[in-house]
Amino acid sequence: MTKAKHDRILLAHGGGGQLTDELIRHHILPNFKNDTLAELGDSAKLNLASNSVYFTTDSYVVKPLFFNGGDIGKLAVCGTVNDLAVAGSKPIALSLSLIIEEGFDFESLDKILASISEAARQNNVNIVTGDSKTVETGAADKIFINTAGIGEKLPGVDLGFEKIAAGDKIIINGTIGDHGMTIISQREGIKFQSQLQSDCAGLAGLTCQLLENTSGVNPVRNKMPEVPTSASRGISNGVKFMRDPTRGGLAATLNEISRATALSIEIREADIPVNPTVQAAADMLGFDVVTIANEGKFVAIVSPESAEDCLNICKNHPLGKEARIIGEIVQTRDVPTVEMKTKIGGKRIVQMPYGRELPRIC
Amino acid sequence: MCLAIPARIVELEKDNAVVDAMGNRWRAKTTLLPEAKLGDLVLIHAGFAISLVDEEEAKETWQLLAEIADFDQTKNKLSG
Amino acid sequence: MLERIHKAQTVMDAACKTLGRQINIMEVCGTHTVAIFRNGIRSTLPKRLKLLSGPGCPVCVTDQSYIDVVLQMADRDDCVIATYGDMIRVPGKGGSLETKNTKTNVKIVLSSEDALQLAKDNPGKTVVFVAVGFETTAPATAVVVKEAAEQNIDNFCILSGHKLVVPAMRALVSEKNHNIDAFLCPGHVSVIIGYGAFAEIVEHFSRPCVVAGFEPLQIIEGLAEICRQLSAGKAELKSVYPAVVSERGNTTAQKIMAECFEEADGYWRGLGKIEKSTLKLRDKYSRFDALKRFNMTEVPGEDTSGCRCGEVLCGLIEPPECSLFKKACTTESPVGPCMVSSEGACAAWFKYGPER
Repeated sequence: MTKAKHDRILLAHGGGGQLTDELIRHHILPNFKNDTLAELGDSAKLNLASNSVYFTTDSYVVKPLFFNGGDIGKLAVCGTVNDLAVAGSKPIALSLSLIIEEGFDFESLDKILASISEAARQNNVNIVTGDSKTVETGAADKIFINTAGIGEKLPGVDLGFEKIAAGDKIIINGTIGDHGMTIISQREGIKFQSQLQSDCAGLAGLTCQLLENTSGVNPVRNKMPEVPTSASRGISNGVKFMRDPTRGGLAATLNEISRATALSIEIREADIPVNPTVQAAADMLGFDVVTIANEGKFVAIVSPESAEDCLNICKNHPLGKEARIIGEIVQTRDVPTVEMKTKIGGKRIVQMPYGRELPRIC
Repeated sequence: MCLAIPARIVELEKDNAVVDAMGNRWRAKTTLLPEAKLGDLVLIHAGFAISLVDEEEAKETWQLLAEIADFDQTKNKLSG
Repeated sequence: MLERIHKAQTVMDAACKTLGRQINIMEVCGTHTVAIFRNGIRSTLPKRLKLLSGPGCPVCVTDQSYIDVVLQMADRDDCVIATYGDMIRVPGKGGSLETKNTKTNVKIVLSSEDALQLAKDNPGKTVVFVAVGFETTAPATAVVVKEAAEQNIDNFCILSGHKLVVPAMRALVSEKNHNIDAFLCPGHVSVIIGYGAFAEIVEHFSRPCVVAGFEPLQIIEGLAEICRQLSAGKAELKSVYPAVVSERGNTTAQKIMAECFEEADGYWRGLGKIEKSTLKLRDKYSRFDALKRFNMTEVPGEDTSGCRCGEVLCGLIEPPECSLFKKACTTESPVGPCMVSSEGACAAWFKYGPER
């Protein structure tokens, strides 16, 4: 096997010839050892147990590429895994598509590929097919990644907006704003040193556990203690809906839910977990922490009877130790609203955030 | 009008400082506060320290500081 | 903390009962406007206590001619515009700095020092620092102008939009709005100018002036102190922010400001011309004045869009009383600066206020 000769991506690495072969065999394949990918077929053949398949895709263009707590590679896996997880499925396989700018160095590329590999391993998914293209300098900003993912429906689980009802509780599995503030802290022009870390993580392990223990699935399969009687009726009336609050943060997700259901939401600021370092950074820049992105969090809407159990399941999992019940779904008075009771006992509306939060000094 | 938060001076050379606010470290200037010393709690606005902050009053004023048990430890670490 | 809040609420309730009428308190500072909303403070106050937003949002009171000049400079290939994030979305003729940013010569900075550094790093370009803000921020501009002079950084200039708070308060209470019973004064401006600067408002106009910080407890205790004074028939000068505010203020900052700037008459959106209310570079530093550098002038114009920001800024109406509010004028498609500015009263009502 010839040793890799180049330290940077050349246009020829996307040409389909020898250099493409080198890119695939020396850099990509060694990170993803599975039989399906090894075939290097034009398509990957998957045998799925279920007829109900979940399918999602996301593209990743985050800058900087490397940040405290992760990088674009880890994000590309976790983000897509999480979209499958919160839909109520078990992620099975991912595709990986790379668009690489000419001149991008292999050292960075290898780091990213290793991250993708590690994240895939941790989340029990295989990268089964992929593509790589190279573009001229300036046509892309270093590297863009797309991942598409397939998940299998969990038996007995059926999540959806239509399941949500007044009285349902809202749970978040941990602190908010960590990812967004970490990224901001490492951006040019704003850069500041911090203990901040992105919360980037794949949630499928936790969500599957949550769903399997609070829905109509046979409880004998699980290691959790007695499931509540409401769940053993054979319908998933524990967890009704889940979403991961990425861009736009908790504010965007809660507003989306409110709009889609025409119901209103009441949350309590004192119950929303926030890391003091994140809060201080947000205060310095004038950001509202409920509008800041998260990459290792989900919001779950659960029935009131199952709320305590759901909370405990989260708290017993490494990614849910700071889970809290932050509020509930309520009947709408005139217009669907997301309202927050503040720490001092006042009331404020939480609106859908404008697309781009800007730091302010005034 | 003005966002300003209390932070502790953790590095100081002439009027170039590094300040720490709950684990976030920012560069700041002490040009407007020549009496500031290493370890002082100061109010930072737009990259400048504009006032010393009385330690006791700080806990009464800023909720985040009052809530954080670490606050007292940080103070001891720097002046100790 | 909740105990102190309840205590303050009791004082406010009692005052409102004693006075038997609506109390109008103007919170001058835009940062107070946002803090009041974000903490849901209005919903904790007695019904008779009305909070009026004032002209303390430097972006809101900046005339459109200022942003038009900035946009013209942004169009030049030899310019780099350095600005605080606050100004990015303010609309002028033909767009905003945000829409101009496709030219990548608009840089958001967190400090005036970053703007000066940009000049050092880009010797082939002229860096224009968009210097807006009240007295809290003006000293930071003065420092870098002095540094630029001392270090001969000639490719640096500022467009001064700095304004002074007390002249605006004087104009408001003497002419524009006679319904202001008291002022909640800006905490961080006071760090610089000292709470003593508000003495003239207390003495000449018999209005209580209380300086408060921006934490919710600060604001509530400040309001309670005002209520206490009003119900006792008093008008006094007080500060509830002893952690950082003194009577004299930061004299180092005041000296540097005075060295670089002189007071000039200025045009405030909504308030019109106010004497000695803006800061202009002194002759000694006039070579750093962007208007002189590029031979431009700001010509204040008439706003015919139907925008009632002027009345909002004087506390004469609340944003929902404007017919454009939430209809033609939203945070996504703002008509006036009070909706654009992150500190504007209209934006605050839109983002955090109750549905009407």
